[in-house]
Amino acid sequence: MDFGRISRRHLLQGSAALALGSTLGVRSAAAAETTIGFIYVGSRDDYGYNQAHAQGAAALKKLPGIKVVEEEKVPETDAVEKTMESMINLDGATLLFPTSFGYYNPHMIKMANKFPKIHFEHCGGLWADKDPKNAGSYFGYIDEAQYISGIVAGYSTKSGKLGFVAAKPIPQVLRNINAFTLGAKLANPKATTQVIFTGDWSMPVKEAEATNSLIDQGVDVLTCHVDGPKTMVENAARRGAMVCGYHVNQSPLAPKAYLTGAEWNWEALYPKFVKMITAGESIPNFYRGGLKEEIVKVSPYGEMVSAEARKHADDVKAKFMAGNYTIFKGPIADNKGKTVIAGGTDRGQQDPELEKMDYLVDGVIGATA
Amino acid sequence: MADGSIGLWTVPLAVFGGAIRVSTPFLFVSLGECITERSGRINLGLEGTLVMGAMSAYGISYLSGSPWLGVLAAGITGALLGALHAGICSLPRVNDIAVGIALMLFGTGLAFFLGKPLIEPTAARLPAIDFGWWSDVPQLRAALRINVLFLVGVAIAPLLYWAFRTTRWGLLIRTAGESADAARAMGHSVLLIRLRATMVGGFLAGIGGSFLSLFYPGSWNEGLSSGQGITAVALVIFARWDPMLCLWASLAFGGAAALGPALQSVGVTSGYHLFNAAPYILTLAIMIITCSPKRTLTGAPAELSITR
Repeated sequence: MDFGRISRRHLLQGSAALALGSTLGVRSAAAAETTIGFIYVGSRDDYGYNQAHAQGAAALKKLPGIKVVEEEKVPETDAVEKTMESMINLDGATLLFPTSFGYYNPHMIKMANKFPKIHFEHCGGLWADKDPKNAGSYFGYIDEAQYISGIVAGYSTKSGKLGFVAAKPIPQVLRNINAFTLGAKLANPKATTQVIFTGDWSMPVKEAEATNSLIDQGVDVLTCHVDGPKTMVENAARRGAMVCGYHVNQSPLAPKAYLTGAEWNWEALYPKFVKMITAGESIPNFYRGGLKEEIVKVSPYGEMVSAEARKHADDVKAKFMAGNYTIFKGPIADNKGKTVIAGGTDRGQQDPELEKMDYLVDGVIGATA
Repeated sequence: MADGSIGLWTVPLAVFGGAIRVSTPFLFVSLGECITERSGRINLGLEGTLVMGAMSAYGISYLSGSPWLGVLAAGITGALLGALHAGICSLPRVNDIAVGIALMLFGTGLAFFLGKPLIEPTAARLPAIDFGWWSDVPQLRAALRINVLFLVGVAIAPLLYWAFRTTRWGLLIRTAGESADAARAMGHSVLLIRLRATMVGGFLAGIGGSFLSLFYPGSWNEGLSSGQGITAVALVIFARWDPMLCLWASLAFGGAAALGPALQSVGVTSGYHLFNAAPYILTLAIMIITCSPKRTLTGAPAELSITR
């Protein structure tokens, strides 16, 4: 972090010189280089959410003419506005990726209004027509990958009890829990998913306690939606339970317990964005996709995954790749018995209703509040 | 039960298991702070010491392959940070609380900086002793896989209690804490006593940190402590500077931390934020019940800057 500041000071001198150069009518050769800024809420090598984005940033660094500046551990407060301003003014960044959910509104919107010539791409936000045109939001339908994980988990569980360590009951998290459960029920109609909310994105002691409590309840396959799945994966593996990963591939942490996992594929998406920009096209303001669009992927199966599970999971994956499979297909009831998607209604991946999800489907043990 | 679950028994078992698993860092930090405060000084920097201990233990264990070397390194790191605190505080007109806050920020900042490359690798962990061999309930066996450090902590508490009451060293520390003038009149250097007490306190807090990264939750990351060091410092105050009460208070805090997740796992899902906040509510309640405008807290060393 501190090294970043030192280089920023040099960049300040550099950009001052550049500004002087341009007033004299001499365009610096550096103008040919595009600077892209990445902002992470946590640490870049957390085996989780931030690492997935950093892998995407690393893929950009390999492209010619691209310079990447990064800042870690930026809180979801005014601090991120300052970081964005300094990346724009001092580093000369023209494309920014503030990657955390809470950066979007009001922070990134405010900056996008202030700097209309700079592009902002936010992960997870809901861009709407009233928002600035130089801002955009992209996200992956990672519930497709969670659905595949659920199928594998449903075949692998002996007790029929699955566990989910979750941070907060927001729509994206609920959607993952529901997709995981619906997938598991394909394999084992009696399977249930017990969910525990820890209350925040990074709470290692709570996550470890949640993992232990779930296993004490007879859960034998666990997955999670927290920023760093490392704690859950390691503690579950120590107790002899199996795990499905999240964000990135955690199989090096628990090679014998890792079944499969839902991973982001930002290293495929970000170079596409940059190509769009260099080709003079604009990135769609609202960009979404799943397995087919290569925004998410599924970890390679662990060796304990049965042939039957592999076959079923691969079949469904092939249907996703062909683009003709719907996870949230009515009738679907929530775990209180209320019908949330009526029979005959297909909520396809793009359906904005799904991004407002506030229920847990039948088969999930837990509550959203 | 036939399906291997133990139903509602999960909750008391989780609280019991949590008391053992989660309490160890609280125990070490509070015992360390107890020694320091009994000598008449408050070291608020133990949060930083805890995090530095966790980081250095993980690093040394990873590099050397021996978790016990990691524990030793954590203790030494803690003692050095303690020496730094005591060294600065021995200068005239220095406030120990302000120095403590500075060292808390310094310790966590330094640990995050040096610990950056340690987030990804997996270090050798401390072993656990299986005390549940007699039981065929897997949940109980898991709860009874106890780390040696917990037992050491439990042994230190009565040892300290005895040492404060009956040994020469205990008497010296208490004298320095109750009346610096009396200690000086006896021909002892108050600053030296406090230096040693703060270093021992830091040593213990560092070891508490090594438990976090090397046993439970068992890996290094930046959210690891989430304020446990500062909670443990507060715990000393309502444990009345008594090592045995520190032990019970730590166990209660550990159990309370396990309550939220355990209740959710048996289906009590409403108000989990409240249950997650249980340890802090407990702190507040005890503080309010025990405070009084008419007297200082019983058992408070008279030389502490908060009681003087």
